[in-house]
Amino acid sequence: MANIISDETIDYVGILAKLELSAEEKEQAKKDMESMLDYIDKLNELDTTGVEPMSHVFQVNNVFREDVVTNGDDRENILKNAPEEKNGMFNVPKTFD
Amino acid sequence: MSILDYTATTLAAKIKAGEISAIEATKAVLEQIEKTEELYNCYVTIDKDGALKQAEEIQSKIESGELVSPLAGVPVAIKDNICTEGMLTTCSSKILGNFVPTFSAEVVENLKKAGAVIIGKTNMDEFAMGSTTETSAYGVTRNPKNPEHVPGGSSGGSAAAVAANECFYALGSDTGGSIRQPAGYCGVVGMKPTYSTVSRYGLIAYGSSLDQIGPLCKDVTDCATILDIISSHDTKDSTSVGKKTDYTKALVNDVKGMKIGIPRDYFGDGLDSEVKKAVLNAAKVLESRGAILEEFDLGLVEYAIPAYYTIAAAEASSNLERFDGIKYGYRTEEFSDLHNMYKKTRSEGFGAEVKRRIMLGSFVLSSGYYDAYYLKALKVKALIKKAFDDAFSKYDVILGPVAPTTAPKLGESLSDPIKMYLGDIYTISINLAGLPAISLPCGIASNGLPIGLQLIGDCYKENNIIQTAYTYEQAGKED
Repeated sequence: MANIISDETIDYVGILAKLELSAEEKEQAKKDMESMLDYIDKLNELDTTGVEPMSHVFQVNNVFREDVVTNGDDRENILKNAPEEKNGMFNVPKTFD
Repeated sequence: MSILDYTATTLAAKIKAGEISAIEATKAVLEQIEKTEELYNCYVTIDKDGALKQAEEIQSKIESGELVSPLAGVPVAIKDNICTEGMLTTCSSKILGNFVPTFSAEVVENLKKAGAVIIGKTNMDEFAMGSTTETSAYGVTRNPKNPEHVPGGSSGGSAAAVAANECFYALGSDTGGSIRQPAGYCGVVGMKPTYSTVSRYGLIAYGSSLDQIGPLCKDVTDCATILDIISSHDTKDSTSVGKKTDYTKALVNDVKGMKIGIPRDYFGDGLDSEVKKAVLNAAKVLESRGAILEEFDLGLVEYAIPAYYTIAAAEASSNLERFDGIKYGYRTEEFSDLHNMYKKTRSEGFGAEVKRRIMLGSFVLSSGYYDAYYLKALKVKALIKKAFDDAFSKYDVILGPVAPTTAPKLGESLSDPIKMYLGDIYTISINLAGLPAISLPCGIASNGLPIGLQLIGDCYKENNIIQTAYTYEQAGKED
C-alpha cells in the first residue's frame, strides 16, 4: 500500500521535529517519508503476535548510586560554548511577556 | 621500510626498545598528512602542535618506565563524534561547528592513560548518518585506494586515515555498519564490539541502543590490542557492562574445530559476484586450516533494514533534540521568538540526511503511529535477535561479506536514500542484535578496490572472531 503524507502531517511532524522546511524541502520530505514508510511497511509481512518489543538486547537492571557531586565547577568553560551568555548564565530569547 | 608501514603494535614495540621515538613517529605521520591530506580530506581537525607536545611528554614517560602500555607513543586519530577536551568536536555538522568539549569521552581517557598521541579528529557523515562520508559539512573524504571512490561511512575519515598512513590506528563508531563497511572499502581491519563493551560516555549519540565505539587499524593484532585498552566498565554509561576479557589471548593461529556458519541469505541477489567469490574463498582457507563450514538459513535478513531505520531514526530524533542553539553550537542570526529560534537554528544547522531522519523519527514516534511503526520494529528486532541466538547455538562464528559491492564512486549514492540503505544489509542486523563483528580485507576486485570479509560472533564472544580473523590473516602470509 502506498503511503500518502498530507501537508497537514508534514507540518505537524515539522512542529514535533522543531524544523522549518521551505516549500521545496517540504515536498521532498513528503516524498522521502512516503517511500520510507512504503519500505517500512514490509515489516507487516511478519506476524509478531505475542512478541514482546525488545528495547534493549541485554537483561539490564537500573544502576543506582549515591547522589554525590563528583565533577568540579566548570561553568566558565561550559559557557564558552554558549551562543550567548550573560552574567554567567545562558542567555535565551524572551519566552513569555 | 618506512616507519609508516609498521602496525601500531610493532611501532610501540620499537618505541619501547628505543629504536624509534614517539616524536619521530608523530613527525612521520604529520609529514604524511602534509603530503596526502589535501587530496583525501580524512580529518576535520589536525592538532599538529598538540600532537608533538603529547609525543614529547609520552616519550619521556616511556623512557622513565612510567608508561608500559602496548600502544604507548603511537599516533591515533579519533572520529569527530567522540568528545576530546579542548579540541573541536563537530560531528561533521555545521550545528557543532564551534563546539569545544569541556571533557573527554571515556575511550579517549583510556587511550590517554595508555600513552596514545592524539593527532586529530576524523571526518564522518554528519552525526554518523550515512554510508559514504559525503554528508559531512566539511567536504567529502576520498578513498586512498582510489580517490574517485568513497571511503564508506560513516567512519570514512577514520578508515581512510588508516589506509593512507595518516595515523597508525583510529577510533570509529558503528551504529549500523559505520566501522565495518568503511574498513572493508578501504582495505583495513575494523571491529564493532558487543554492545556495552566500550563506554559510550562522551560519544555524541545517534542511535543509543545501537551505537558502539571500536577500532580501525592495520591488522588483527592491533585490533585485539586496541580493544584491550578501550574496553572498560564505566559507571557514567549505564549500559556499560564491563566484562573484562583479554582479547590478545585470542591471537592464536588455529581454527581446528571452529564451527563456522555461512548464511545462504547473505549470498543471494544483489551481491557482486567478485565479492561473493572472494568471501567464499576466505571460507575455504579457514576450512583448510581445520574449521568446520556449514551453510544455513539465517532468515529475516530483508527485514533488518526497515526495522533498523525505524529504530535509529526514532532514537536520533530524540537524541538530536539537544541541539537547540542555547547551550552550545550554532544559533541562527535572526529570529522572532524562542520557538522560531529553535526551528531556524536547527533547519540551518542540520544537513539534508540528518533532517530526513529526524522527520522520520518524529513521525514514527508520534501518537497514532507509535504502535504501528516503532513498536512493530522493536518486535521485529526481537525476532532478529532470536534468529541469531538460534544460529549461535550451532556455530561459533558466522561468516559473510561486509557489503554487497566494493566502494561506490563519489556522488553516486546520495540521490537514492533507500538504495544507499540497502548497502548496509549485511552489517545492520548485527547492531540490532548487539553482536560483535570484525571486518578484514579478503581480496582486491578487478576495479582495484578492496573486498571486506565479515566475521560475526555471539555476544561477548569477540575472542572467537579474533581467533578466526587472525588465523585467516596468518594464512595469507603463509601461502
